[in-house]
Amino acid sequence: MRVGLFVPCYVDQMFPDVAMAALEILERQAGVGVEIEVEAPSGQTCCGQPLYNAGQWEAARPLARRHLRVFEHCDYVVSPSGSCVAMVRHHYDKLLPDELGPQSVARRTYELCEFLTDVLQVERVAGAFPHRVGLHASCHSLRTLRLAPASERRTPPEQDRVARLLRGIDGLQLVEGARADECCGFGGVFAVEEEAVSVAMGRDRVAAHESAGAEILTSVDMSCLAHLDGLIRRDGGPIQVMHVAQILAGRSPGPR
Amino acid sequence: MTHPQRAAEFLRDPARAAWHDGALWFIREKRDAASLQVEEWEELRALAAAIKAHTLDGLAGYLEQFERNARALGAAVHWARDAREHNEIVHGLLREAGVTRVVKSKSMLTEECGLNPFLARHGIEVTDTDLGERIVQLRGEPPSHIVLPAIHLKKEEVGELFAERLGTEPGLSDPTRLTEAARHSLRERFLAAQAGITGVNFAVAETGGITVCTNEGNADLGASLPPLHIACMGIEKVIPRVADLGVFLRLLARSATGQAITAYTSHFQGPRPDGALHIVLVDNGRSTIAADRTHARSLACIRCGACMNTCPVYRRTGGYSYAATIPGPIGSILEPLRDPERHGSLPFACSLCGSCRDVCPVKIDLDDQLLALRATVADPRSAKTRAMRGLAWVLSDPVRLERAGALGRSLLRLLPGVVAQGRFNAWARNRDLPDPPPKSFRQLHAERQRTGGAP
Amino acid sequence: MTSSRDAILAALRRAPGGDVPLPDLVARPAPRGALATRFASALEAAGGRCVRVADSAALEEALAALPAFASAQRRCSLLPGSGGPGFALDEVDDVHSLNDVGFALLPGEFGVAENGAVWVTDAGLRHRAIFHLAEHVGLVVPAGQIVDDLHAAYARVELAARGFGCFIAGPSKTADIEQALVIGAHGPRSLTVFLREG
Repeated sequence: MRVGLFVPCYVDQMFPDVAMAALEILERQAGVGVEIEVEAPSGQTCCGQPLYNAGQWEAARPLARRHLRVFEHCDYVVSPSGSCVAMVRHHYDKLLPDELGPQSVARRTYELCEFLTDVLQVERVAGAFPHRVGLHASCHSLRTLRLAPASERRTPPEQDRVARLLRGIDGLQLVEGARADECCGFGGVFAVEEEAVSVAMGRDRVAAHESAGAEILTSVDMSCLAHLDGLIRRDGGPIQVMHVAQILAGRSPGPR
Repeated sequence: MTHPQRAAEFLRDPARAAWHDGALWFIREKRDAASLQVEEWEELRALAAAIKAHTLDGLAGYLEQFERNARALGAAVHWARDAREHNEIVHGLLREAGVTRVVKSKSMLTEECGLNPFLARHGIEVTDTDLGERIVQLRGEPPSHIVLPAIHLKKEEVGELFAERLGTEPGLSDPTRLTEAARHSLRERFLAAQAGITGVNFAVAETGGITVCTNEGNADLGASLPPLHIACMGIEKVIPRVADLGVFLRLLARSATGQAITAYTSHFQGPRPDGALHIVLVDNGRSTIAADRTHARSLACIRCGACMNTCPVYRRTGGYSYAATIPGPIGSILEPLRDPERHGSLPFACSLCGSCRDVCPVKIDLDDQLLALRATVADPRSAKTRAMRGLAWVLSDPVRLERAGALGRSLLRLLPGVVAQGRFNAWARNRDLPDPPPKSFRQLHAERQRTGGAP
Repeated sequence: MTSSRDAILAALRRAPGGDVPLPDLVARPAPRGALATRFASALEAAGGRCVRVADSAALEEALAALPAFASAQRRCSLLPGSGGPGFALDEVDDVHSLNDVGFALLPGEFGVAENGAVWVTDAGLRHRAIFHLAEHVGLVVPAGQIVDDLHAAYARVELAARGFGCFIAGPSKTADIEQALVIGAHGPRSLTVFLREG
């Protein structure tokens, strides 16, 4: 299968190791007998989410069409980002009504963890990470992609794909704080336009993870983590952030 | 003032904001526990959504059926195009009956229409009888939540208010004793009232009856003591069948307060033998929303308030930060639809977490509608739009993106202070900016390809 | 000039419609049993009280043991032979004079197990306000007349004719002051449901 690595624009420019880790994880699957060929098309730029989120749908449309063209040739598109995948899989139909056919690559776009568990049927990613880890369930991965059960819903217990992969790592201990799936307050333009609330929400999340004893805070969304990390470093907290891809790829936490 | 400004005001007292947040989270947890009582909870929500979708699709026919049946039961039915007409109709009925003292149970519709001040200008005294509504009425404030009007107040503040207005002992803050004082005071009003105004939770087309739910029994006292009962409702409150009440009522109280059902679920099938019932059907922009493909679904709202309780923004900023009759997620859709100029900041008062959609008993896609509204209210001439277009231009080409990114990273590295003061100021006020990496992914990847890198 | 009614209906009919089906409310799975027990717990959770009595004599005993009944200065009862002595409710002309009724004993048609509610109507009742005005209310319900949930309840209620019906699920209450639950808001301070076997 031909897998295109979809690198979120801000990850490309500001958090390149997250994309590199995702690439390595996918490439390693070939090493365990999966017929997989991974590429990261250099023509990709941005799925259009920041503009769509800000209500600039006219400006977002060309970016969305471009994104689809760049990846159309892939069997699957995989991204280390819940929000970007949610944009493509859930929102492209609204942004480009009647433009996406049933075979559109938008429908074959997956977040990294769900690609591993649902498509590649990976039971476990090998590795060791002897730390207490707080998992931040990003809202897009939770309530749009449904990668894990949301606390408001009464559905049959869905597997938490991200937690499952993390638990497979030796020594990794998941710790859960209060209000485990409350929003971190990043929200795109919200982080800047409603700065006071955004910061209040983020601080509450950090405090919850600190109370739970987390050493590392992780998520499938680097945007949430950058917002939380910005608060931790400004307020002087002990927690370090790492993207799930970095943990699964075997990275160690940096010096504090 | 915009929502962000009012929100920042509210957060200037972080302890109070945290208290407010905790109070509403507590109700969200009660809702969660109540939903566990119903094994088929998610199916019930889907059923409720489907009944509403069908009803809204054929609303005209159901309103006609309701009117026919309500009249057959002896009720009078009036139609009001807008808030002003609603107020005039209600006033007309009161004036004809020589009424100067009215008791009113909770009705967000009458809030929306500004009924109380209108009647006051015409010399008619209205006593709001829902305890929370009475509290805010005495304070001269609007309700801050559609189900829990005084959720923003501490008991000491209610105590001070009652000492001043009801003559209770200064310093008294015990809720039981304060409620007792309100009971006595309101009993006098109920007994002296010449008319009772209520809202309507559901109007059943099949029978022409109306259903009103309360915990305090105040709607019933208002409708059963004075001879004149006026029931005010938005046209979207009609449902097809009696059987549908079972679906909605199993969802309503559980979603609103975590109770299986309110203490009183009253069904008024026409007037009392010795009384009169007037039902006022109000449009006030609803027919316009009904014709909007994206937003018609927002009319399914049964006013439970669950979206407010679960909203992390509402909890931390309070109902008043929305400066609208209906706050929170549903208000941030309905109010900008009614008045985009005034309420343009509301669709952006949302982090798009989607929790509201998950708790809505009628499955309104609140978060998607808020996003869609952003596209409608965005001003094509604003600085923000121009900046966004600039961003779109940069993002439309990989080379431009790389150059802009490289420039940004260099600036961050060399002049972090300057960057922090500039465009990123709102970000950097309380957050550190990320450490800029020396190379982007596309650079690292290109290098890796050249050196024949992994696996 | 178009009437508001016509203008509103015309505005609603402007949008194309009529193709969204009304879902059938399919028969629910078999009731979950232990109806009286579930009814009693739900009622108690709502601040009400449930008392099982074998017959009229037992009802009288239970009433006499109830402080709210025993101490009531003014009582009325719509259950012939029970809850007396009191005044005759239908001989009262002015509903406002019912304000000082200490205890009202009234019939309930059936109970709902899922939420502890009792269905009452104004059948044979001159002043429906008594349900909400009396300081304390007792409802007598036949013990065998408890349905599973609201779907079953609505299949049973008569709502076609003119009248008043109410699901009463406990005493009046409020939590409007800092979410502190206060029983006995504007309406009755207590609700006792007597499930009578005979």
